[in-house]
Amino acid sequence: MSENTLDNPGLRLRASYHHVNREDEVNFGFWVFLMSDAIIFGLMFATYASMRHATAGGPGPTQLFDIGSVAIQTGALLLSSVVYGMASLAMKYGSGCRSVIAWLVLTLLLGLTFLGFEVHDFLTMFAAGGGPDRSGFTSAFFGLVPLHGLHVTSGCLWMVVLIVQMLRYGIDDDVRLGVQRLALFWHFLDIVWIVIFSLVYLGGLA
Amino acid sequence: MNDGHGLGGHPEWGQPHGGGASGEAYRRDLFTYLSGLALALILTAVPFGLVYWHAMSTFSLWIAIGLFAFVQAMVHFRCFLHVNPPQEKVDELWLVLFTVLILVMMAGGTVWILGNLHSRMY
Repeated sequence: MSENTLDNPGLRLRASYHHVNREDEVNFGFWVFLMSDAIIFGLMFATYASMRHATAGGPGPTQLFDIGSVAIQTGALLLSSVVYGMASLAMKYGSGCRSVIAWLVLTLLLGLTFLGFEVHDFLTMFAAGGGPDRSGFTSAFFGLVPLHGLHVTSGCLWMVVLIVQMLRYGIDDDVRLGVQRLALFWHFLDIVWIVIFSLVYLGGLA
Repeated sequence: MNDGHGLGGHPEWGQPHGGGASGEAYRRDLFTYLSGLALALILTAVPFGLVYWHAMSTFSLWIAIGLFAFVQAMVHFRCFLHVNPPQEKVDELWLVLFTVLILVMMAGGTVWILGNLHSRMY
């Protein structure tokens, strides 16, 4: 506890302990990033809610949204979250590199499935005359939902990088921290998606 | 500080344990994820079903969707992100709660002010 501990330079929300190890410190720093990201999403949600009825005579939710496709995306992302949890457990309980990589590849495939259906939906919306330039409503929609899609895309890229690192170096401390942080990122994106499918899709179609 | 065995805390963050002694802890962690999945599936399927079959009036649907989303987010925080109140490590919880406070003020304030403005424009 002497060499590896540092005074936490981050936000002290609670002064119950003064020393943390690097793992806790790095992960807490990542939590701070996630919460700042949550504020960006929150304000995009507020913008969307304000723009919800500003369709300017253009198509609205019932013309543009496909509840079946959204259900598939929701299922794929939820399942990918749990499958990532299996990767976390495989790493924690020392099941070996191959097992962790296998779960991560499965997560990646589910993430790509999500993105595939989402892009298909966007193209359908464009074809139906609901592109981002149509109205305040579609602008707000394309500001919010693809922002989440971009997050998922970068999560997928990160996953590929981690898989390559693991193939090259095995599970060392850096890879372990990377897998832990991507877990936080991935589960966080699933929570943002709960708000998207509830507020944007289900709320719009209700 | 974090032995990695607790149901809460951060189950997947410990060092590898290996061996049969961790079998119990492994099953407990696995149960956390799988029960999270089961709850999340139910909490997702119900609002989708309600909207698909238009089971209620629009206003009741909004209330129901909001409640199910809130509970599901709690389940995700609890089972997937392992943020639990009665644990030693509560920094993340305070951070999340502080962020929620900021969000309520900023996002809620935006919707309130713009909604008010909108109603005065027409």
